[in-house]
Amino acid sequence: MTYSSRRQSLVLAGTVGMLLAAAWPAAAQQPAPLPPGSPLIGRPDTADAKKLAPVPAPPVAAAADKLPVDKLKAPKGFKVEVYASGMANARSLALGDKGTVFVGSRLLDKVYAIVDKGGKREVKVVASGLYRPNGVAFKNGTLYIAELSQISKIEGIEDKLENPPKPTVILDGLPKDEAHGWKYLAIGPDNKLYFEIGQPCNNCLPAEGYGTMRRVNLDGSGMETIAQGIRHTVGFDWHPVSKEMYFTDNSRDWMSEDLPNDELNRMTKVGQHFGSPFCYQGDLPDQEFGWGRKCSEFTPPIALMGPHAAALGMKFYTGNSFPAKYKNQILVARHGSWNKTNKIGGDVVLVNIKKDGSAGPMEPFLTGFLENNAYVGRPVDVLVMKDGSVLVSDDWNGAVWRVSAGNGRTASR
Amino acid sequence: MRSLAVGAILAGLAAQSVCAQPLDARLPTCFACHGENGTSQLPEIPSLGAQPTFYTTVQLLMFRDKLRVTEPMNEMAKGLTDAELQKAADTISKLPPPAPVSDTPDAARMEKARALSQQHRCNFCHQAHYAGQENVPRLAGQREDYLLKALRGYKDNSRRGYDAQMSEVVYDLKDEDFVELAYFLARQK
Repeated sequence: MTYSSRRQSLVLAGTVGMLLAAAWPAAAQQPAPLPPGSPLIGRPDTADAKKLAPVPAPPVAAAADKLPVDKLKAPKGFKVEVYASGMANARSLALGDKGTVFVGSRLLDKVYAIVDKGGKREVKVVASGLYRPNGVAFKNGTLYIAELSQISKIEGIEDKLENPPKPTVILDGLPKDEAHGWKYLAIGPDNKLYFEIGQPCNNCLPAEGYGTMRRVNLDGSGMETIAQGIRHTVGFDWHPVSKEMYFTDNSRDWMSEDLPNDELNRMTKVGQHFGSPFCYQGDLPDQEFGWGRKCSEFTPPIALMGPHAAALGMKFYTGNSFPAKYKNQILVARHGSWNKTNKIGGDVVLVNIKKDGSAGPMEPFLTGFLENNAYVGRPVDVLVMKDGSVLVSDDWNGAVWRVSAGNGRTASR
Repeated sequence: MRSLAVGAILAGLAAQSVCAQPLDARLPTCFACHGENGTSQLPEIPSLGAQPTFYTTVQLLMFRDKLRVTEPMNEMAKGLTDAELQKAADTISKLPPPAPVSDTPDAARMEKARALSQQHRCNFCHQAHYAGQENVPRLAGQREDYLLKALRGYKDNSRRGYDAQMSEVVYDLKDEDFVELAYFLARQK
């Protein structure tokens, strides 16, 4: 069977499965009854399907001479190089006033700092013994760190890189659920810290408060819930002109190979509901929780980011050194799928944002992380530097890549 | 019995300052708890034989760096180099798999657990025969009490996984399901 015909039959099988699940919960072909909506109904019991396990990242960084720099491709006229390496599980990025790049981690306990000394870069560990310190943000000399269930800060960090003090906790007592509990952290135009309490499951109707976007003052006070129905966002930024918040959201697993898509969302007011777990991608009622609900009750995404693609970190391009078409467009890191036989993602894409704030087409920006259906790297977050270049973190290699405009490697290789 | 045995090992660790020893000198201490050939005879202490190398390497790293806190193991892994962690994991992966519980299984319980396993896709990541792969541990023939302890730990967030996959899986499961799954898995070859 060819790739495309197999895809089609899988989609078909999925659709029939949904109908069967709805009308006939105890489908007879299984040895024991499966619950309504179980994606196992109608699912092929093949060796390929059974290889769909999460892809574990190595707990150590790739050696500098083993980095796949020659495999990565950017559009013509851009150059791709290693910015820094040796940071196991490098995740979210934040930029200090003095040019220090801070790097969080998720599977390990560390926050790193990359210090640029005249083009030569040193990596330091600025905090350790933390628990899932995925989120980092920076404002007025202070580094903020989001762990699984708390947020902390280190003031004046860039003057203390040699001997940083332990982070001071400014907000604790957040849920300790591991599933989708790791946090992205960013500071909005209102000078508040934004983070999400993710859904503690693949697909469930969780207790009040989960799946919500929150914000607090920089001292941790005044927590507000500003949006709900977000399964797990690990990337957000604000439009440089409209100041509206845009965020990615990772849709559920195990519905089918090709649905639902991950989302790029736009928050136009406080209190919006973005659908999860009732409706995914704006038009797809969930097999289990969609009953009695309509997708029109919820705010739809402005762009679909691909099924299982894991759209994570994103930034508006606000630099001046890329061609004009990049200005105020969004670069999104797609970590890449695991819940899909033929992997997709493993790239950074450019999403066109129109004058009215809606999304236009999407195109590849940095590719090559996915080779022969296996990862050679996995992009996590994007950071725009003062010189207009763009950094991309990679938790597979424990490295940060730099993409700059001018005289470099091109897509033709 | 377990606390006595582990207590004796801990005392031994202190006396011999095992943490200053290279891997080869430490390995006999591992098998004092985890059993000859890596098949544990002690309650809630897992058998190690035939575990995938990736999984064991990661768990040892988590013990060494205190990402996963279990005192005897944090002591045992203290100061080991990455290469030694890898070597320990290689050694363990070559030990024989633990023999499954050899009683006559309750067919109804086995069938119930088999259905649960399929419904929650245990057999996807852990593979059809629960031998594990890469970062997913072998479950077949593991001690029933240890399996139950691990599942309960994932449910109450006291067991720290490398990633959050198991927390996601146990969200929909109840304690009575854990009891059945542990019963079933301990009886797999």
